[in-house]
Amino acid sequence: MTTTEARPTDRKPPQLVDMSWDPITRIIGNLGIYTKIDFANREVVECHSTSSLFRGYSVFMKGKDPRDAGFITSRICGICGDNHTTCSDYAQQMAYGVKPPPLAEHIVNLGEAAEYMFDHTIFQDNLVFVDFCEAMVKATNPGVLARAERTEAPRGEIHGYRTIADIMKAFNPFEGEVYKEALKVSRVTREMFCLMEGRHVHPSTLYPGGVGTMPQPTVFTDYLSRLMRVIDFVKKAVAMNDDVFDFFYEALPGYEEVGRRRTLLGCWGAFQDPKVVDYRYETMNTWGKAMYVTPGIIVDGELVTNNLVDINLGLRIMLGSSYYEDWVNEQPFVTHDPLGNPIDMRHPWNQTTVPVPQKRDFDDKYSWVMSPRWFDQRTGDHLALDTGGGPLARLWSTALSGLVDTPYIKATGHSVRISLPKGDSLPETTLEWRIPQWSNTIERDRARPYFVAYAAAMALQFLEEAMGMVRAGETKVFENYEVPDEAIGCGFHEAVRGVLSHHLVIKDKKIANYHPYPPTPWNASPRDKFGTPGPYEDAVQGQPIFEENGPDDFKGVDIMRTVRSFDPCLPCGVHMYVGKGKTLTTLHSPTYGANHG
Amino acid sequence: MTTHSSTTEVSKEPERSEDRKGIDEITILWISEGMSCDGDTVSLTAADQPSIEDLVLGLIPGLPKVNLVNKVLSPSLGGEDFLAPYRAAVRDELGPFILVIEGSIPNQNIIEGDGYWTSFGNDPETGEPQTLNWWIDQLAPKAWAVVAAGTCATFGGIHAMSGNPTGCMGLADYLGWDYTSQAGLPIVNVPGCPIQPENFMETLIWVLYHAAGSAPPPPLDHMLRPQWLFGKTVHEGCDRGSYYEQANFAADYNSPKCLVKTGCWGPVVNCNVPKRGWMAGIGGCPNVGGICIGCTMPGFPDAFMPFMDEPPGSTLSSLVIKPYGAVVRRLRGMTNELVNHEPRWRHNKRKLTSGYDPHWRA
Repeated sequence: MTTTEARPTDRKPPQLVDMSWDPITRIIGNLGIYTKIDFANREVVECHSTSSLFRGYSVFMKGKDPRDAGFITSRICGICGDNHTTCSDYAQQMAYGVKPPPLAEHIVNLGEAAEYMFDHTIFQDNLVFVDFCEAMVKATNPGVLARAERTEAPRGEIHGYRTIADIMKAFNPFEGEVYKEALKVSRVTREMFCLMEGRHVHPSTLYPGGVGTMPQPTVFTDYLSRLMRVIDFVKKAVAMNDDVFDFFYEALPGYEEVGRRRTLLGCWGAFQDPKVVDYRYETMNTWGKAMYVTPGIIVDGELVTNNLVDINLGLRIMLGSSYYEDWVNEQPFVTHDPLGNPIDMRHPWNQTTVPVPQKRDFDDKYSWVMSPRWFDQRTGDHLALDTGGGPLARLWSTALSGLVDTPYIKATGHSVRISLPKGDSLPETTLEWRIPQWSNTIERDRARPYFVAYAAAMALQFLEEAMGMVRAGETKVFENYEVPDEAIGCGFHEAVRGVLSHHLVIKDKKIANYHPYPPTPWNASPRDKFGTPGPYEDAVQGQPIFEENGPDDFKGVDIMRTVRSFDPCLPCGVHMYVGKGKTLTTLHSPTYGANHG
Repeated sequence: MTTHSSTTEVSKEPERSEDRKGIDEITILWISEGMSCDGDTVSLTAADQPSIEDLVLGLIPGLPKVNLVNKVLSPSLGGEDFLAPYRAAVRDELGPFILVIEGSIPNQNIIEGDGYWTSFGNDPETGEPQTLNWWIDQLAPKAWAVVAAGTCATFGGIHAMSGNPTGCMGLADYLGWDYTSQAGLPIVNVPGCPIQPENFMETLIWVLYHAAGSAPPPPLDHMLRPQWLFGKTVHEGCDRGSYYEQANFAADYNSPKCLVKTGCWGPVVNCNVPKRGWMAGIGGCPNVGGICIGCTMPGFPDAFMPFMDEPPGSTLSSLVIKPYGAVVRRLRGMTNELVNHEPRWRHNKRKLTSGYDPHWRA
């Protein structure tokens, strides 16, 4: 059993209504969510997630120069393309046997830290929080809004808002104070990004072997002054989020069940330690554990492994509900890893993409997302891991491993402590993110501002180390190499919304096979051949409905909160919808009455 | 802001006088369901001069009231609620709108039988996905203006590279390069992978001033790009161009010198990014150490691959400039040495030697 167990309820005769949302707004890419809702028992009984875009990166990259891969794969995603470039460069560095100079690692780390800060801020404050803003809560849970107006915000002395409703008002789209400030902050953090990686979102200065960024003191000065300008905003964001989310648990008892699924989290690690990393597969476990976000797989709250080699060996790309021909009868590209471990035919290194267009049938094939799973050797299960939207898995994995110990970040085994320096209005602050009781919608969202703080704190350390190198004259940022005739490589990184891996096979100095696996295929995957639903489906299915509206003016805000809590980014879930779809007897599609923005 | 006020052959003033009356409210219908990464929408949110919220909140004087409909920024919950204005536009009930397309346009004609490369919502009758192509066919003839955001929508971009399975192309390839909108405008192409935020906003604002009746159509070149943004090359605006003139080339990416030997295509690419920077004047490409891979160009990406090899054409030109560059660099070095000395009369001895004479007369 690899899914979340059903929740026991005193059941009434069901009153089933088909409801769909397609396209889903305030996410990146094309996503449709199709559900059956039982209004008598106020829960979602079935959920399918599908999307309708096919571009074929792994198809058109074959035969190209492998050094182009980082430039090309950036274009997979328009909000975290740099994560792809970084991951591709990691994979290429393994294949070419090249280790970039230490300063280059820190420039990449600083760029990625800025990306996390930018992306999480704009997503949380301008996209996710619209579901929690005053206008939305008024339209879906007027009773909750009335209570929010009477409830004092416990952390008001930090963020300056008196009641919970005042915070909610500040997030009203295009009008609220915080909504507007977040857009501005997302620009400052992107300027920080551009200082390190040239341009956003497709970086210009990242290369396999290092960077082209000129490591003059000015670059770091400009970055630091911007970082300090937003540091108090980060502290306030954590306080506002905590206030609103704690209030939701309190105002709507049982809300922890919304979007709850069995704890099955994956994190592939981020921020290399230049003192340890050499990009050799043979030493990958060592340098993986030295990353400043610790990789790990967490099942039911236990850390199964934090070895990147184990994580790599367990990757399985399953079919079942996806429109592809199986490739098990093709010739494998890689039979053994460099350590001699056998590589499965379902591993990304051996995947061949053979599309078979066909009808959309929710009882059979209905998606072009494949179903990435992780094979748990202990039980023989193919686990449908999710990323918790990124931050939840990163913080959970880092906390459990207890390995990260820096001047600003301490992983304790059960929590992560994040220290931020004094800003222009708030004093030095230590935040503590504790491993939560559930892997659910609220905790996925709550982790996000904490990870912004985490990235800001790490950036301070990278800055100090980088400036130290510059002052010592260690300004080399690129290491030259030859592209080998034949090689394999893999890169592990954290895209903003979670696990990211790139697997590369080179033959005759050209790309023979290239498979990026970003977070969204993990999160948005359809049912696999064992019938195990993907994480969105699993999290939505069986979740209770708290919205006060009935079927006639139902908006589905609880469902949308769950889907958005994973930070969907569908361009990464390269797939296509083909064929005549099953007609859904949708009574109606939900509407958003409040005339906003 | 340019001082150009001329119109080009392709941007004809509308014949009918009623079209020249100002519009006081206009909707922007943005569709990023081309084969895109949504990077152009994300770039739009980076613009600060002006910003998207300035535009939506009416803080720019002289523009019509703007209703922006964009999936990523929409406060709606999605589905039909979000699609309502698009459906109204199809029924001719929306009023004037600017259609913005983001992403490559797939070729539906290569699919045998039923099938879709990319879709946007469902057909209300059948519940089947509605193809992007259907939406373009419906909306382009009714649009007051059409803007292609980013290189995918302008010329096809990354997804249209050799070996691609979808046969995709740019919007003008799809609608025809001679397409004109309701206002008599051609497609306005703003290339870039992604769009440089301010380049796009400035172009959009120009189109909106034109809608308000207070500006002529934006001046476009033969590839329908704004002339004032894409009329010069990367090299002409690059900080490192002077290294080229002195034949001083970087051998790898550790150098602040000209990157033409390590893959930069700047001398032949139409783009203003080194001049303008990426955001608030920060960042860019070759000016900050990133090779120009020609991402604004119709030939992108194939014409520029492999990106990290020296462009074939630059071998000759950099050879030709070598002797000149070597001489110039040397002479400048000598002069530089000279002007790095202070004049002799700056000293703290007991005698003034500056040439001062209180009784001097001309």
